[in-house]
Amino acid sequence: MTDPARAPAGARRASSLFRSDLQVVNLGVASFAENLRQAGVEVVQVDWRPPAGGDPALLEALDRIARTSRVDVEAANREAARRILEGRPTLVGVGVAGEVIPGMTPTTVLHAGPPVTWDRMCGPMRGAVIGGLLYEGLAGSREEAERLARSGAIRFDPCHHHDAVGPMAGVVTSRMPVWILRNEAFGNQAYCTFNEGLGKVLRYGAFSEEVLARLRWIETTLAPVVKKALARHGPLDMRNIIAQALQMGDEGHNRNRAGTSLVIRELAPHLVRLGEPPETVAAVLEFLNANDHFFLNLSMPASKCTVDAARGIEGSSVIVTMARNGTDFGIRISGLGDRWFIGPASRVEGLYLPGFGPEDAAPDIGDSVITETAGIGGFAMAAAPAIVRFVGGTAEDALACTRRMYEITLAESEAYRIPVLGFRGTPTAIDVRKVVETGILPAINTGIAHREPGVGMVGAGLVKPPENCFREAVAAFAERYA
Amino acid sequence: MKLALVRKGAYFDSVFLMSLGGAVKAATGVADAMVSMGTPLNLELLRDRGYSAAELAPATPNDLVIAVEAADRAAADSAVAAADELLKQKVRPVSGGAAAAPTSLEGALRLLPGANLAVISVPGAHAAREARKALLAGLHVMLFSDNVSLEDEVALKQLGRSSGLLVMGPDCGTAIVNGKPLCFANVVRRGPVGVVAASGTGLQEVTCLVDRLGSGVSQALGTGGRDLKNERVGGITMTMGIEALAQDPATQVIAILSKPPAPAVAARLIAALGATGKPAVAHFIGQDPAALGKAPASVRWAASLEEAAALAVSLAGGRADLRPPDPAALAARARQLARGLSPRQRHLRGYFTGGTLADEALFLLHRPGRPVHSNNQTDPAFVLADARTSVGHTIVDLGDDVFTVGRPHPMIDPSTRTERILAEAADPGVAVLLVDVVLGHGSHPDPAGALLPALAEARRAAEARGGRLPVVASVVGTPGDPQGYASQRAKLEEAGCAVMDSNHQAALLAGRILDEVPAP
Repeated sequence: MTDPARAPAGARRASSLFRSDLQVVNLGVASFAENLRQAGVEVVQVDWRPPAGGDPALLEALDRIARTSRVDVEAANREAARRILEGRPTLVGVGVAGEVIPGMTPTTVLHAGPPVTWDRMCGPMRGAVIGGLLYEGLAGSREEAERLARSGAIRFDPCHHHDAVGPMAGVVTSRMPVWILRNEAFGNQAYCTFNEGLGKVLRYGAFSEEVLARLRWIETTLAPVVKKALARHGPLDMRNIIAQALQMGDEGHNRNRAGTSLVIRELAPHLVRLGEPPETVAAVLEFLNANDHFFLNLSMPASKCTVDAARGIEGSSVIVTMARNGTDFGIRISGLGDRWFIGPASRVEGLYLPGFGPEDAAPDIGDSVITETAGIGGFAMAAAPAIVRFVGGTAEDALACTRRMYEITLAESEAYRIPVLGFRGTPTAIDVRKVVETGILPAINTGIAHREPGVGMVGAGLVKPPENCFREAVAAFAERYA
Repeated sequence: MKLALVRKGAYFDSVFLMSLGGAVKAATGVADAMVSMGTPLNLELLRDRGYSAAELAPATPNDLVIAVEAADRAAADSAVAAADELLKQKVRPVSGGAAAAPTSLEGALRLLPGANLAVISVPGAHAAREARKALLAGLHVMLFSDNVSLEDEVALKQLGRSSGLLVMGPDCGTAIVNGKPLCFANVVRRGPVGVVAASGTGLQEVTCLVDRLGSGVSQALGTGGRDLKNERVGGITMTMGIEALAQDPATQVIAILSKPPAPAVAARLIAALGATGKPAVAHFIGQDPAALGKAPASVRWAASLEEAAALAVSLAGGRADLRPPDPAALAARARQLARGLSPRQRHLRGYFTGGTLADEALFLLHRPGRPVHSNNQTDPAFVLADARTSVGHTIVDLGDDVFTVGRPHPMIDPSTRTERILAEAADPGVAVLLVDVVLGHGSHPDPAGALLPALAEARRAAEARGGRLPVVASVVGTPGDPQGYASQRAKLEEAGCAVMDSNHQAALLAGRILDEVPAP
């Protein structure tokens, strides 16, 4: 015996296999699992693919991370997941961007996604910047706005660098009213503009007078009225509302009908009691009612302040940001600070509105993928049978979409549950290591913008994020920690 | 009689209710049935069919209406009860949320938290990594994959040993754990004999013989071929297997099988066997027990796989009535089979799908003055220059990597062997064919049947040259195997093959036939 001191305990453990029923995980040849199943053995077949796409350098990086003693990655990830699960996103008020968003100035233009310069911005993003500068009165015409944007006098910065998120182009300028959400569990806040509805809107790059007029109406009528109603109502528990919306067929990204309705229900009595002229109250309610995506600009900052609590945890490989600017797709990792890992924004696979097709589509754009980062949106696809056509057409496709995401996440939400999955919690806290190892990319639902500024939404669908940013993040994580 | 019942506040979708109405209507004594929501249209339809307006009155579009026309009240009541039962089934969640196949070991463990064994057959380059993850998750491992590096094997086995987990393999093709056949295993009765084997077909041959001798197998563990052969691995799995079987109350006798190990490893193993206190049998394929020296009193040497099985069965108190072939009877049979050979026919051709079976025949038949060439030869002078071409006396292991690159193992795909037989049927020097037929899970569904046309063709070719061609075979299998031992054996016998009870006996008979061939 090579090691008599050790062997007897080992032998006892090894022989314990003989005393329990065989339960087998089969990786590889499927007929081995079938034979065992026929012999009455409980067996799970793994739909195995070469990990990390078979890339030896990446595998080596993953193995190094698994072995590292420099930091306890599992503990760090448990902490990240705990913070996300315990988040209490709450709508606490309405403010003005220049007054409430940290680091905001009159000449700052916030935008969606990772950092991007004017010369690299896509059509809808440029249109939205032009609209923002016109709206702020910093320019009087399209040409003037373009000159100003190019001049270097305007500071472009991602929303994500300012505790904010923006759908599509995500342009936020100083005078715009914004929702204020606070994560009551951790004290951090997040901000987002009001949703303008569909069609010709700023977030799709439109900047016509009609668009600017609506923005002014939002600033002067909608926001102040809603602000007062919300003050009467008191803070609105967004976790509660999202949980209900998921059980009413929303997934919080591409379908927001239930969430919008729930917010109207909460606010309506208070709106009526404000003593505003009936026409004003009616106009506000009509605007909310006409826009199924009104709730998106609440589910996004709710997700943002939830996930932000998990940022900056030493040794955590949890993805805390995913965002696109129409040029690049970028992610940030909890344990890797503010560094963005970037890949090219891809084309959205989806369905198009009548009269439009793939040739009209702008590449993937917007911060709304913060919902997936927080475990709803595409990750909660199984909750939204009404929009299954976006993911392949059948309810089974939607279920499969959510189920796949359990393979790349660390936890299951306690608040957000999916009825059709037996009220299983949504897959939460994406581990970039698992994304790379399994090759399963996060499922992201999204709208599709027209590539020309100002045309608006042309469809919706599912986007496949670029793999390289996840791979580069793993390589950087290994370099930093292993 | 017509009966209409309103279930308040129970919503179901119309398509589901339509299918349900059909099911209720099919019940005995029921003339008509309709299960629907209480919409104005449905209520009007029901009234038109003669159901009581008073009974229907409380129904709103949010209420369910069950309407039945039946022979009598009892039939109507039972139809309503049936409808209620079907409605209850609808309430049960359709999907548990766990049906999708996981794509990783971690995902699989979420679905099967009690998993205790990982069977890994992914490409070798990835196999070690998956095996390591399985060990870290507390699973025993059966590593079917080959092409795992020696370094990885040593590291995995050391990790397994320190956590009390078995690592069977790499290149472990077969095992039986708790009576369950793993990968290429036979369906063997459970019983008192525990086996640890460094050879896949050796394990299959011995466990099948134990079964056919009326006994059974407690556990049959594989170690992979390098476990004993390489000093750096040092028999970790074999040693752990012996110790685990020592702890296993169902195991009364332990049998170990391997190619001859390094002497130091062999000494350790024999000591470990002796330390179990259980009767044990050891067989090192191709090694003369006389050369092995003295063993502890509880350990018996076996000279063949067949003897290993017979000794194990008799040590376990069974009747090992496997008669050692009577030399005179064997010689008579050989003479009979050799009758009609032409003077040119003088060579043996052994076409094997099982590597250890090829080895066993090779070591039995190779001797000075009658060298046998093989791709498995240990004597470099008689290694086949080209494994694809036989010369003189040849025993070829068709499971060799040379033959399995880009095509399935010959146990699965018989064409590797049949093509070889057909290609060499033109060789006038061949005097006898020796073949193995391996049954069990994973093997071809009818390996004997698949082999026969090529054998018949070879025999026709020999007869056309004025000779004949005896074929000697053995079948590795049990009555419980999917292919059936008796029917496979019968197929071979009906086609004129001499089928022996073991590979060892088949090789002996083939050797005797060669003895009948007149010297040149």
